[in-house]
Amino acid sequence: MCRLALKTANTAFSPYEVLTAMEAMQEGYDGSGLGLLMRGLEFEDFKYNSKNPILSGIAHTEQAMSRLNSFMEERGFELKYDHEFETIPSLIEAKDRFRYFLRSYRMPDTLKAKSQTEIDEELMLTRLALRADGEEHGGDLTAFSFWPDVAIIKEVGWPLDIGNALTLSDNRIRSRVCMAQGRQNTNYGINLYACHPFIIQGVATMTNGENSAFVPIRDWLLGQHFPGYTGYQSDSEVFAHILHYTLTKLGLPLEAYKHVITPLSTKELDAHPQGEFLKGLRNTCRRLIIDGPNAVIGTLPDETCMLVMDQKKLRPATVGGRDGAWAIASEMCGVDALVPDRDPALDFQPMREHTIIVPPDRKELTIWSQHDPFLLPQAA
Amino acid sequence: MVSARSIPVAPGSLSYTDLPWIVQHREDRCTLCGQCTAVCPKEAIYLAYRRQRMPKLDVLKKSRGNEYRTFVGIRQKTSMANACIGCSMCSMVCPNEAIMPVPNTNEHRTLFFNNQKGEPNKRGGRRNVTGPTLLDQIMFDRISMLTDPALDAGRHEFNVTTTLGRILDPAEYLKRQREGGWIPPTREIFPFIIGSMSFGALSPNMWLGLLQGVAYCNEVLGIPVVIGTGEGGCPPWVLKSPYLKYIILQIASGYFGWDEIIRAIPDMKCNPAAIEIKYGQGAKPGDGGLLMWYKVSKLIARLRGVPEGVDLPSPPVHQTLYSIEESVMKMIQTLSTAFDHKVPIYPKISASTSAKSVLNNLVRNPYAGGLLIDGIDGGTGAAYNVSMDATGHPIASCVRECYLDLIAQGKQNELPIFAAGGVGKNGNVAQNGMALVMLGASGVHIGKYIMQAAAGCLGNEKNRCNVCNVGICPKGITSQNPKLYRRLNPDLVAERVAEIYMSINTEIKKIMAPLGRSQSLPIGMSDALGIADKAAADRLHIKYVC
Repeated sequence: MCRLALKTANTAFSPYEVLTAMEAMQEGYDGSGLGLLMRGLEFEDFKYNSKNPILSGIAHTEQAMSRLNSFMEERGFELKYDHEFETIPSLIEAKDRFRYFLRSYRMPDTLKAKSQTEIDEELMLTRLALRADGEEHGGDLTAFSFWPDVAIIKEVGWPLDIGNALTLSDNRIRSRVCMAQGRQNTNYGINLYACHPFIIQGVATMTNGENSAFVPIRDWLLGQHFPGYTGYQSDSEVFAHILHYTLTKLGLPLEAYKHVITPLSTKELDAHPQGEFLKGLRNTCRRLIIDGPNAVIGTLPDETCMLVMDQKKLRPATVGGRDGAWAIASEMCGVDALVPDRDPALDFQPMREHTIIVPPDRKELTIWSQHDPFLLPQAA
Repeated sequence: MVSARSIPVAPGSLSYTDLPWIVQHREDRCTLCGQCTAVCPKEAIYLAYRRQRMPKLDVLKKSRGNEYRTFVGIRQKTSMANACIGCSMCSMVCPNEAIMPVPNTNEHRTLFFNNQKGEPNKRGGRRNVTGPTLLDQIMFDRISMLTDPALDAGRHEFNVTTTLGRILDPAEYLKRQREGGWIPPTREIFPFIIGSMSFGALSPNMWLGLLQGVAYCNEVLGIPVVIGTGEGGCPPWVLKSPYLKYIILQIASGYFGWDEIIRAIPDMKCNPAAIEIKYGQGAKPGDGGLLMWYKVSKLIARLRGVPEGVDLPSPPVHQTLYSIEESVMKMIQTLSTAFDHKVPIYPKISASTSAKSVLNNLVRNPYAGGLLIDGIDGGTGAAYNVSMDATGHPIASCVRECYLDLIAQGKQNELPIFAAGGVGKNGNVAQNGMALVMLGASGVHIGKYIMQAAAGCLGNEKNRCNVCNVGICPKGITSQNPKLYRRLNPDLVAERVAEIYMSINTEIKKIMAPLGRSQSLPIGMSDALGIADKAAADRLHIKYVC
């Protein structure tokens, strides 16, 4: 079982804080991978315009880096900022890391003139094209994300070692939201793309636990023929895609995610004020029912953070914090490490029916129960 | 040349050793009560007086002579019409265990004579192939042990139901919800459905027992079992019953009973579970239903709107329809309209290499509520032996191919596939059914298994009994003769139905729990399947394990 930690705060903080929290929970992973996602970015040496997309990944060879440069240029993206990590390669297990890149680009004017949907599509296709390019060249290029105000680092190894290797403690990068997963490798090979968090068009999730319904869910998502629904090096990638599908494709509110992945039973729905609608939703989204145990932690482009428990409630997660700073972690010690100056008596461990939402204003938590009604767009 | 009449044999003369079953009778135990001869459905045995000569030689008197003793015993007839079928009713009724049929281990020559009077062999039952089926060989090998906490089949909550009926794409569902459009009807049902066996094929007592059992499962046990009627219409008391909601009405090419059904619509207290349009069945693909004259009793004749005592062979196709657009699209639409678009309508076809064409036609038909595919191991009340044994397609690869086709189109949730034909053939009903579910079926239909398990049907794949076609079912399951069907107590059948479903319900959980599944039926979870047969594994796109 992996360990998860997320911190969201009004004041940007160093990702190293989250790695410290991971260290507190180190019994729960085996050093087979770390994924780190930052959102709401600030750079010490650059005034970043949060509308510009950030490309993050790893070039494993010099040729890959130069292919990347010419590819982005051809596609019309202008490089505005190229973050230079101060790396200590000896701390990294893998030896084929030519360069960790984290770069901000300016979108081509032709793209800016297009609709938001088209822009989103182009950013996603660019990331997928880079990924495909790397795969065609023996995996020499790994592209994790290409999205405004989001940066991702993934590496094999112990979380704190990786943080030290990239000198993340130097405060040169800070973010208002940071989520990380320390991986306990189970049934899939060690692969950079298998590290959480997963992101698709700004919607990001990370998970612990195994997804036993993975194959039917993957089959259904692939059948949608949406270019972004691909990859699946990890069985947990589908959680991000289902969230994306629920919010973007179906236009449903965040609360509906819980009803899609873990619908209530017929008996429970009979007593639910939106029971009839939800029974229909359960039918149509039947192939997206996860059969956890999983705790799913996610963030959205507006910096909303959320935590959803699966129906069996066999995975741990705790949320705690104060006005302005909140933490979600697999263990209480993780929350302690992230927001020490809170009242721990107010920490909350959600049950199977709960979705925890930390809204962008970060004033207080929403503890939403699946048995409560939620507002639907254009009332169903 | 003139035949030598002194040897009393004809080409068709048979002796005991030529018959498939030999009746062994122990005279030392027989009480001559006559129950065995009375119960034998084939009149294969008879009570006879015999005389035995006892040669007598008195040496001292130098005279020779004979004494004669007479005795009474049970003898077996050797004519084709009276050949023993191995049903063992004689041993069941014998008070002294003096009689039983024994399978003939020699080749039996009746196979060459079962076409008397030019009529090919017709029978009930299913394909006479014994041994483990492909479904029996499938293993559930993806076990959640330490990567996930294993679930407890006895204590965790499980959702094992499935959906029957057309399901919309999620975006389309939301759109219709907003705009008040038509949402196709669906039913949440138990994935093991009692397959279509008609009023006519089954005796009134069998039907009553099944209906009682199904109602009990739903109303008392909370297991939402549904049952298909087959093509025999439906008695008015059933059509007007509040339990009609547990019944799938079938319309087939003979349209038997549909006058009654259509007229009863205004009086129905609830809608039926679904309407099944039968285009084909696994036991006899390309053939219509067949109810032989023996079974067309007064009651059945009335139900079906036909004269008594005539053969009722349904045509192989729906006669008014000449193409797939007509027969599938219009018929589904018409029936959907008849029930105010509130009842799922789905076709039943025989498994075949053309099943995918039908499937793809249905994908584009918004009124189609599913597809039932019936494989070669499906049972029937009456069919030509050659159809049963040699015609058709096994269910596993047919369902799998159709499911993969739906996956490629992203439509696997929209059009549920149901599978039938050989589920539980060797008793492994839950295992067989769940294997098909993980190959892609949304549920399975079980017919023969129910007859065997709920009513003690004696038929098997060594051609035991299998006389459902001629209405002499010794258990009273498939007979329309009151003397026979009174043997079957409907209450006991209902009790067995409840027991069977309680047990399947538990076994499903015992299969799902180790896989880490409890929230939804693992439809298409092919990563959980393995088989020690490389060719089958490749064909089914599942793991080869050894």
